[in-house]
Amino acid sequence: QGKDFQLRPNQEVPLVENMSDVPSNAPEYCPGTGSDQAGKSSACQGCPNQAICASGMAKGPDAAIEEIKKKMAKVKHKILVLSGKGGVGKSTFSAHLAYCLASDETKQVALLDIDICGPSIPTMMGLEGEQVHQSGSGWSPVYVEDNLGVMSVGFLLSGPEDAVIWRGPKKNGMIKQFLRDVDWGEVDYLIVDTPPGTSDEHLSIVQYLSAAGIDGAVLITTPQEVSLQDVRKEIHFCRKVKLPIIGIVENMSSFVCPKCKNKSQIFPPTSGGAEKMCKDLNVPLLGKVPLDPRIGKSCDEGKSFFAEVPDSPAAASYKSIIQRIQNYCSTCEQ
Amino acid sequence: AYSRKCKSSMEVVEERSNLADVHHIVLVLSGKGGVGKSTISTELALALRHAGKKVGILDVDLCGPSIPRMLNAQNKDVHQCDAGWVPVFVDQEKTISLMSIGFLLENSDDAVVWRGPKKNALIKQFVCDVAWGELDFLIVDTPPGTSDEHISVVENLRQYNPDGAILVTTPQAVSVGDVRRELTFCKKTGLHILGIIENMSGFVCPHCTECANIFSKGGGEELAKQAGVPFLGSVPLDPRLAQSLEEGKDFLSTFPQSAAFEAIQHIAEQILNNSAVNV
Repeated sequence: QGKDFQLRPNQEVPLVENMSDVPSNAPEYCPGTGSDQAGKSSACQGCPNQAICASGMAKGPDAAIEEIKKKMAKVKHKILVLSGKGGVGKSTFSAHLAYCLASDETKQVALLDIDICGPSIPTMMGLEGEQVHQSGSGWSPVYVEDNLGVMSVGFLLSGPEDAVIWRGPKKNGMIKQFLRDVDWGEVDYLIVDTPPGTSDEHLSIVQYLSAAGIDGAVLITTPQEVSLQDVRKEIHFCRKVKLPIIGIVENMSSFVCPKCKNKSQIFPPTSGGAEKMCKDLNVPLLGKVPLDPRIGKSCDEGKSFFAEVPDSPAAASYKSIIQRIQNYCSTCEQ
Repeated sequence: AYSRKCKSSMEVVEERSNLADVHHIVLVLSGKGGVGKSTISTELALALRHAGKKVGILDVDLCGPSIPRMLNAQNKDVHQCDAGWVPVFVDQEKTISLMSIGFLLENSDDAVVWRGPKKNALIKQFVCDVAWGELDFLIVDTPPGTSDEHISVVENLRQYNPDGAILVTTPQAVSVGDVRRELTFCKKTGLHILGIIENMSGFVCPHCTECANIFSKGGGEELAKQAGVPFLGSVPLDPRLAQSLEEGKDFLSTFPQSAAFEAIQHIAEQILNNSAVNV
């Protein structure tokens, strides 16, 4: 792994990283704690884990997993919002899933944004500029309502131009802290918004929550093949790491012109859209959400689309999809 | 001459680098996903080709490699030669060549689930080991973010003096917010900013002429002004462009009358003018 890793063009690509192998505080070319080179490779020089690895004691899983399991015991349901593709509406959906679940004042909702490089959730929840406070019991989430708390790296930045230019291990460390050190309290639903891809953040969130248990993942796509291509990869990722798939949401499904009311397919479903993909891969299609310019506008303004345009077809689609997610979660109740 | 393989100093081989005859390197970045980086990279390559240039595209999006399909080049193989890996030519005339992890996967649905270190290693190979030959332009398409891929590609390309980066955004605040951070990335890594493109900027309804600003409007232009970087232009939403890319067709040949075509041409002209100055 890492430094000595080299591919040849006609060689089979090793598809999946060994999951519990690289600790979050490992140096750049860590060979992995399970490797024969653990603690012994040149990359291990100066790593705080070097002695442990070299002694062979590090082959077990990260201790933080147990700590996180204890913390997560107070969280009833955990839902990941994934895609493989960027810009399909993961954060938009996560934010509105949170707003909708929190509209029931008896439920406590937590929204965790693990997109470390591009944290959109603070803007979408109207929390731009907010900062995180520490108390004796850990970091305090930022509250939109009494029953809706949010955490994002965005709250740790001092201004809109601050860029988080971090390699994988540092990002993993941040995610571990979000899960272990944030005082979420008693939570009915924890929603985790993710960045696009199948990399460090995705492996880490699954790894760290593995002992605590994840109800499942909602995958977001748009109708075109260029998105579906990436979402199929995400479905394969979920299956590889044994993450249950709650279902797929097809976003930006069609557009109705506000002037002439005619329908246009801005993102054409040239290969059958999410419907065909779901049939082919045997995953549930939770619903389709039409493209409504007012959604993007609400998000930019940090407002809930449900509050701004409650009677729109898009709001109705969202609500029906969210109901299906709630139904799924109640069947997970132990 | 540069060392061809970036190995330990004990094994430096003095050979002509694989990027020695690549005249201009342009990175296409965003901070935000789904704004059209791959689309713009592909369309820019086609526009430069139409202007008589020889173009290469390096796709360093290892998790979501979109470019092979956009150029109808899926299922092609990568071969090795003495100088390294042979890039895939997407046309008979061999005017556009491409390297992407997409070509290395047996099944296009295979997910590449790698942590940073493996990604960094492959990107180094992609930069050092692809035998591009002589190119007027190498366009480097990137995934969203400011992480391993971006740090690695900039570090590995540094010695070849890239012309700079084009940043793509859509008009809304959520996108512009991420691109603001990408501008910081460029400044911190010393990467010259060629300019900002505002993509998906307005939609002309084919039934009536109402221009619905589906993803808002003006955010990209405003950001360029605030940041003091060139604004390269707005590209409107055109479903026919999306369709062409889905089918791997040459949009610029098929739809020369479209507003998107005009915008892309204008952007390519600015890149060409800039490159004439930056020899």
